[in-house]
Amino acid sequence: MKFRHVALAAVLTLGFATAAQAQVKGPVKIGFITDMSGVYSSLDGPGGTAAIKMAIHDFGGSVLGRKIELVTFDHQSKADLAAAKAKEFFSQDGVDMLIGGTNSGAMLAIEPLAAQYKKPFIVIGAGASTIVGKQCNGYTSLYAYNTTALARVTAGAVIKHGGRSWYFLTADYAFGKALEVDATKVVEADGGKVLGHVMAPLGASNFSSYMLQAQASGADVLALANAGGDAANSIKQATQFGVTKKMKLAGLLLFITDIHSVGLPAAQGLYLTAPWYWNLNAESRAWSKRFYAQMNAMPSFSQAGDYSAALSYLKAVKAAGTTDGAKVMAELHKMKVNDMFIHNGSMRPSGLMIHDMYLMQVKTPAESKEPWDYYNVVQTVPGNEAFGPAAAYGCPLDK
Amino acid sequence: MSWRSKAQLSTMWLILLLAVAAPWLGMYPVLGMRIMSFALFACAFNLMAGYTGLISFGHAALFGGAGYVTGLALTSWGWPTPAGIMFGVFVALVIGLAMGVLAVRRYGIYFSMVTLALAQIVYFYCLQADFTGGEDGLQGIPRGTLFGLSLQSDRVMYYVMLVVFVASWWFIRRIVRSPFGQILQAVRENEPRAISLGYRVNRYKLGMFLLSAGFAGLAGAMKAVIMGFETLTDVHWSTSGMVILLTLVGGLGTDLGPILGAVIITVLEEKMGAIGHFLEHITGVHWFASLNDNVSMINGAIFVLCVLLFRRGIVGTFNARWGGARAASG
Repeated sequence: MKFRHVALAAVLTLGFATAAQAQVKGPVKIGFITDMSGVYSSLDGPGGTAAIKMAIHDFGGSVLGRKIELVTFDHQSKADLAAAKAKEFFSQDGVDMLIGGTNSGAMLAIEPLAAQYKKPFIVIGAGASTIVGKQCNGYTSLYAYNTTALARVTAGAVIKHGGRSWYFLTADYAFGKALEVDATKVVEADGGKVLGHVMAPLGASNFSSYMLQAQASGADVLALANAGGDAANSIKQATQFGVTKKMKLAGLLLFITDIHSVGLPAAQGLYLTAPWYWNLNAESRAWSKRFYAQMNAMPSFSQAGDYSAALSYLKAVKAAGTTDGAKVMAELHKMKVNDMFIHNGSMRPSGLMIHDMYLMQVKTPAESKEPWDYYNVVQTVPGNEAFGPAAAYGCPLDK
Repeated sequence: MSWRSKAQLSTMWLILLLAVAAPWLGMYPVLGMRIMSFALFACAFNLMAGYTGLISFGHAALFGGAGYVTGLALTSWGWPTPAGIMFGVFVALVIGLAMGVLAVRRYGIYFSMVTLALAQIVYFYCLQADFTGGEDGLQGIPRGTLFGLSLQSDRVMYYVMLVVFVASWWFIRRIVRSPFGQILQAVRENEPRAISLGYRVNRYKLGMFLLSAGFAGLAGAMKAVIMGFETLTDVHWSTSGMVILLTLVGGLGTDLGPILGAVIITVLEEKMGAIGHFLEHITGVHWFASLNDNVSMINGAIFVLCVLLFRRGIVGTFNARWGGARAASG
């Protein structure tokens, strides 16, 4: 039995060696680790896999004469699974670069491994600013967005549109507090006032007492420093309590899937920020139609970001003429990125991709012409203004 | 020595031999270490559930709580690794004492609910406390050294974990077979009778809860050191649910059941993609490739099958069918 296996392997190896001299080094492997089955899988998940495959296809399927291959893994929102698999990808499976999906905890756990194995690691779905903060290591990039930028853009723009006094509804843990701090800085710098805040526990289902406090504050703007189910519930209840009659709602971290689940009647008029929207321009629409044909849903910005990250990596490999991690990263830092997803993009030494962000206002049901037609683009915000000064992130590579 | 205990003994030696050789046979050491930490966690849970008959739904608080404080001690305070791990176990014992004192006064579902409620307090504390990093988790826990030996290499760490695991497993086995363990099994079978014989059953239960908490803490502390980070997943109630799954699939109240359960579930979690591709390759059915995206569903299906078809778990069913009188009665 053993002998037969060895013999078979030998014959196959010989066959391949003669047939494909050019492919001595085997394929270029892209890894993709995200939540494929849990709560955030509609945001990224299998749709992200499809988007990366589209990028590989659009690039021509091979680079430097080597085939491009994609390997994926479902981390089930467990950081230890994500890190264990990333390590295996890098050390045993010969994966050349990794695209990281949702869940900041999982991405932060993978980050040191990218530096250890000197492989590019591009984070898309997770938005924790700490990824490019003190932990930054030169091999990790935060490519699509971060929570700081979303909070800053929303706060800055809403003030310009007349929301002078603010009241925060904040999720009571580190993430919510960070969002509130980021937005407060901008509000105060632009001459606005924060009248107060109320903390709601994570996963609260009844926001009525918070809504009454928000109404009593007399502020112009109710800012939602929360995410996911909490954000959806608070938007619905703000509408039910009539808060939206006197106050404007500003979402500090909302995805198009959240708006989809809340529905336009409750969410209309809400301000939010996104790095991309499928209905942004002709190019994004064309790409999204292709995506829709495969997945039967419009892409989220994470999925479009997955596409762009894979494409940028492949361009960098081509320019560098090698898959060597350090050289490809150098190329990525040099490149100016302009594609379907990123406009006016360039990477800071910390790995933070700086590019234009968009302030959106959710359409009224009457304005919306087709399914997923949810946003009006109110304003384009240039990257440096959106992401803020490098010093605020505290990465030693930025100087 | 009967043929059965001989067979059991040789099975154990065989497993140990396999575990020692595994990294040289191409097994990925980090996978092995994760399996062992979950197996140890399941063995600790089994002490309570299998031999005392009390299903705790709050063991994640002990597992993750110990992981967090070990991480804190190693990163922020710069403690040596063994001291950090011992501190983790100590904190698990303290949490276990607080949970146990309240919980052992209740039975069945009420016991489970009390432990769940207390574990949720620990979870929300970890979510909000500054040192845990909330959702982002605690990163950069150094492995450090053990008696001057650097633990950086995965293989070295693997064998250290193996020694810790085998020693703990053996100790747990001794506890179960000690007079103390026998009394608890008596309590499980007929509590009023144990009381009438003069045993203060609540103290015995509390003692067992503490032992279980200590080993759960050891498993969590070791996992934090092995992986180099700690996240909320480990204190979340779903981890308490997972350890029940591991133990039930393997076999509640058996020596080897929790280990087998941990092997099966952990390998499935991590290798489902590869298994799916292999099945797709040999059968040509594309559907198998999608297994990768549906691991939690498959775990659920295994749990349902296990409960419907072999309620004693894999090892329990095996023992009952081929294992002779003792296992069949219990």
